[in-house]
Amino acid sequence: MQLAYYPGCTIKVSAREHEQAALAILRELGVALREMPEWNCCGVVHTLTGENHIRHMAPLRVLARLRQQGEREAVTLCDMCFNTLARANHLARTQPEQVAALNATSGGGLDYDGAGEVLHLLHFLRDRVGLAAIRKRVRRPLRDLAVYPYYGCKLLRPAGIGLDDPETPALLRDLMEALGATVVEGSLQTQCCGAYLAVDRATLVTQRVGATVEQARDAGAGAMVLSCPLCHFNFATHQPRIGAPLPVLYYTQAIGLAFGLDPAELGLDDRQVEALGMAAPSFHSVGVRRSGTDG
Amino acid sequence: MTIAIGANGQSGVLLRRVEALSGQRLAQCYQCGTCAAGCPFAGAMDVLPDRLIRHLLFDVPGVLEREALWVCVGCELCAQRCPRGIDVPRVMEALRLIALRARGDQLPVAQIPAAALQDLPPIALVASLRRQTG
Repeated sequence: MQLAYYPGCTIKVSAREHEQAALAILRELGVALREMPEWNCCGVVHTLTGENHIRHMAPLRVLARLRQQGEREAVTLCDMCFNTLARANHLARTQPEQVAALNATSGGGLDYDGAGEVLHLLHFLRDRVGLAAIRKRVRRPLRDLAVYPYYGCKLLRPAGIGLDDPETPALLRDLMEALGATVVEGSLQTQCCGAYLAVDRATLVTQRVGATVEQARDAGAGAMVLSCPLCHFNFATHQPRIGAPLPVLYYTQAIGLAFGLDPAELGLDDRQVEALGMAAPSFHSVGVRRSGTDG
Repeated sequence: MTIAIGANGQSGVLLRRVEALSGQRLAQCYQCGTCAAGCPFAGAMDVLPDRLIRHLLFDVPGVLEREALWVCVGCELCAQRCPRGIDVPRVMEALRLIALRARGDQLPVAQIPAAALQDLPPIALVASLRRQTG
């Protein structure tokens, strides 16, 4: 089957490996993503005041384009895009007069009927593909891996927009268990990583990331699995420099590894695979030697 | 030092503006502190969210100069947990909007190093600009 796809800016700049892995696992599941021929930035954060209508224009334009392109629904990989678009969609449905007013000032480019739907890829995998079908496709269960699923904010909040119970989510846990991984959990899984404070208050990001990684390690985690490209950036670049960093994977990469796909196709290099401590001959077939095993 | 405060409703110009922009009724707050207890950035705030609401209700001066406005990223944990149904991130956003209109942009964009601009994900930059510039 085919599915319209809204990538968003970050997926095309600093999270290409997430897209690469998503395309690979969806191919294995018989799904092809069809990128929207034209799209713009989603606006990233939903405006929370009732007096800043112009900031609803970016996400509404994405939704209007989707309908103009003859689509009813689009899938996205980015948590922030998903959250922003889903909330703009809610606004369009509950306050259509706001969309009409914005459209009147923009020459008709925001003519949106509220009939579009934005799906997070995790929605699609859980509700359309189903965990049973994913489990069935697993060729190489992640038995040796203890993972700490990290949800952050935008996947879960506000309730009604989020994908799962905002206090005790199960989505990533269930997915990782379907892949055969051991799941370890903790109270910081649903706490913010610091998000865009990475721009001008990076020490706060380091504090949050450090506390969360420590909790994950104490629980026995060998890797963290997450979804959001901003969380990924923060966890990959702001871990306190004490010993080896905790590996951080997108859930798409974890699925790809369990499907037995070539790590290179998932945007993972040998060093990253080795850090997971689950390397097997199939991952290092040609010309790569692992010290202490075959050399 | 003496600080002049007004009981709720006496002056309250800022309070009324915040309530209009955020759509929240701050007199609903009964000061349980659940918002502050769960906030991942409470340690970096110069005034905690429950106290900030109290300051607005009593017209305590200096609210718009607080660092807490910019430390809050709108993760919405407090909104999720408030037993009185107050959407604190909307209150913070209203205060940011008023401060931005009064004092101008808070993010010195020109001072962000070129290397950081290269490395930062676009969502970080755009979100930061949206929250800290007018």
